[in-house]
Amino acid sequence: MNLLNFFKPRGTAPVARERLQILLAHERITLGPRNLIAILRDEILATIAKHVEIAPEALTVKMGQAGSVSTLEIDVEIPTEKVSAKPAHQEATLAKAAAASR
Amino acid sequence: MSKVVVVTSGKGGVGKTTSTASIGAALAKSGKRVCVVDFDVGLRNLDLVMGAERRVVYDLINVAQGDAKLPQALIRDKRIETLSLLAASQTRDKDALTEQGVEKVIGELRGMFDWVLCDSPAGIERGALLAMRFADEAVVVTNPEVSSVRDSDRIIGLLDSKTLRAEQGLRMDKQLLLTRFDAGRASRGEMLSVADVLDILSIPLLGIIPESEDILRASNLGAPITMNGSTSLAGRAYEDASRRLMGETIPMVIPGEKKSFLNRILGRRAA
Repeated sequence: MNLLNFFKPRGTAPVARERLQILLAHERITLGPRNLIAILRDEILATIAKHVEIAPEALTVKMGQAGSVSTLEIDVEIPTEKVSAKPAHQEATLAKAAAASR
Repeated sequence: MSKVVVVTSGKGGVGKTTSTASIGAALAKSGKRVCVVDFDVGLRNLDLVMGAERRVVYDLINVAQGDAKLPQALIRDKRIETLSLLAASQTRDKDALTEQGVEKVIGELRGMFDWVLCDSPAGIERGALLAMRFADEAVVVTNPEVSSVRDSDRIIGLLDSKTLRAEQGLRMDKQLLLTRFDAGRASRGEMLSVADVLDILSIPLLGIIPESEDILRASNLGAPITMNGSTSLAGRAYEDASRRLMGETIPMVIPGEKKSFLNRILGRRAA
């Protein structure tokens, strides 16, 4: 049986996979930036975590729209080390990166 | 600390209700206080799968609208003490469920349970959006099949944009539960592999549930597969998934992937 399979055309799963990849690449653009915010969030968090200890809840990422521009608001609360007198947090509103909206 | 989890998929018939019941029972068996909530207004079925269909008096809409108190509507499982069910309404009016109503109910449930599992209706309409609205995290149920994977991709997009957490700019954790998986067919290249689906959806894997006759037997009996100490592969896979949901690290095995040497070699080639 297995030897017979050997001579058959290969399975249909690779076709399914390829069709899905093409379709979803298209749909993610037309149906909005899928989980762009989630992806950005994870990557920003990972980047910060490399240098500073940070709780996942201390980062908020929001996307807004104003006229013809999309805004990206990234808000990070980084606790100051216990070296400093007050555990105040540094607000680092990093970016209001404007990108042309699709 | 209470966790609200939405079990969702987009596509119907992939195993949301079965998974909600099975994971709910597994969590409750480990001593957690668990409530499973049916959000499929008009087409309730979680009560049937849980074997509580004849005990439904009040439902989610009754509580949301203030016609019944939550403790009156909760159906306590007779087999597992810490497991409760909140049934969906049979009413045809889907607009009877409002965001404020759901928020109130979820808020109350948070005070009473460790885990609240929301069984989402299929589709991306109001009911599905309300089921995910107040969740802390999501279990995305997917079959290794093109239409299911596509719909899951849509649902992931909605989880990242339409939930309260997403709107607050917080992370919405999503985990994939791959159901009805047939390791043999996948290894022969007849079915999308675990790696294929993970690659396409790019969310972490919660578990792989093998296609199994025992699932039908469990729903026939109204006893979730994790309930009666079943030794079936599917039951064990649900138990592992539940423990991962609780934060345990359990190695991921692809159920049923035991092949003869020859099959293995040929299988690799095809995959």
